[in-house]
Amino acid sequence: MNHDPFSWGRPSDETYGTYNNTIASASPFPKMNTQQPIITGTSVISMKYNNGVIIAADNLGAYGSLLRFNDVERLIPVGKRTIVGVSGDVSDMQHIEQILSDLEIENNYDNSYADDEETLKPSYIFEYLSTLMYQRRSKMNPLWNAIIVAGVEDDKPFLKYVNLLGVTYSSPTLATGFGAHLAIPLLRRVIDREEDIESTNLELAEKTILESMKVLYYRDAHSSRKFSLAIIDKEQGLVFKKGLQVENMSWKFAKDIKGYGTQKV
Amino acid sequence: MFRNNYDGDTVTFSPTGRLFQVEYALEAIKQGSVTVGLRSSKHAVLVALKRNADELSSYQKKIIKCDEHLGLSLAGLAPDARVLSTYLRQQCNYSKLVFNRKLSVEKAGHLLSDKAQKNTQSYGGRPYGVGLLVVGYDNSGPHLLEFQPSGNILELYGSAIGARSQGSKTYLERVLKDFTEIEDVNELIKVGVEAIRQSLKDETLTVDNLSIAAVGKDLPFTVYDGELVRPFL
Repeated sequence: MNHDPFSWGRPSDETYGTYNNTIASASPFPKMNTQQPIITGTSVISMKYNNGVIIAADNLGAYGSLLRFNDVERLIPVGKRTIVGVSGDVSDMQHIEQILSDLEIENNYDNSYADDEETLKPSYIFEYLSTLMYQRRSKMNPLWNAIIVAGVEDDKPFLKYVNLLGVTYSSPTLATGFGAHLAIPLLRRVIDREEDIESTNLELAEKTILESMKVLYYRDAHSSRKFSLAIIDKEQGLVFKKGLQVENMSWKFAKDIKGYGTQKV
Repeated sequence: MFRNNYDGDTVTFSPTGRLFQVEYALEAIKQGSVTVGLRSSKHAVLVALKRNADELSSYQKKIIKCDEHLGLSLAGLAPDARVLSTYLRQQCNYSKLVFNRKLSVEKAGHLLSDKAQKNTQSYGGRPYGVGLLVVGYDNSGPHLLEFQPSGNILELYGSAIGARSQGSKTYLERVLKDFTEIEDVNELIKVGVEAIRQSLKDETLTVDNLSIAAVGKDLPFTVYDGELVRPFL
């Protein structure tokens, strides 16, 4: 007998139908990980002030340059004193949202101190997320996001950043994406160093963030006018403002911008 | 030939609704030497009486540290206690590594409880033959838990398990009002040592057979053995 299976032939076409060639022409990759984000959220911007932190992100989910979804909430509250702001891939953000929700349920289950001493603190959530982000990048399958965790812990403002590479850092002012280029210089006009936090009140911080959101809407093509803003104040707790709009715009400068499109410079 | 038809495994109830294997496990605790636990509003303390097999042998370890803020003492089968303390250590490390968070004593209790209960609900297994006193200091302050092989966890101000532990318990009940207010950890340890004296039979407390541990705010879990216990004798 010929033991080579290739010489045994195939079941007859009349009985079993023709061979399905899509099997043979399947993807050459056994598995493919994320190569690029698909639906994306743009910048998240945030800053500390004397009594807490303030964080903002717009409500757009862009499909490339198409402004596809205009009702995406990218600020995720966790517990009573933490906001997780997510930019980058929206489906990965939704995965993170699910994980954070599970985390909160798990923490509150059978926990007599869930409301105060043993609640999920911003630092716990940040440590978890940074571990998760680094683990995923080490599997060569990153969650394609840049994340800011903002909150109040032990009556002190908490603000930290982690991204798809698992890189982490902290600063009194933080922004992701385009905001890191456009908003940070504006935020640093108010808070340049650690000492400036004490002399910055909520009113000034909120005004600075609103102004930065305006500049981002002016210059970031993948941003929307509608945005959300959250304040975590050590006295007031979490104040979540949704459906805000960039106000008092002046587009007068636009007509003088040259060097793109069909214009002759 | 058999004393009882319903004590062969942990999954068969007796007609009166009892699980004999679990009850025997509870008895195993009483074979171990006594250990006392107590807590004030500031600290939690463990005191244990160590036993040696004979005059020439060393004393069996009674207190095991799990983390900087958590530890336990045991009465019963020491190997079972090692399994459980190793498990708690893993859980403490996990919490520290993934959440940068001290494992809360309450959570530790629930983890132990779930692990012990599983043994009583599958065929071929046996319950742990050890009782534990778990002490720790977490975000909500000092805590003392008593763990039983049945999967029960009790939070208490004072407790004692092991041989003749009733004497210590009665003593602690009598002085409960006084020791819960004690600020100084050394004073609290003295109450614990006095409590354990109530459970002694022929033996006397020495630097060799007494083991003490304390934990509190600004006091990581510390075990006092040998010469370190002399001031408390």
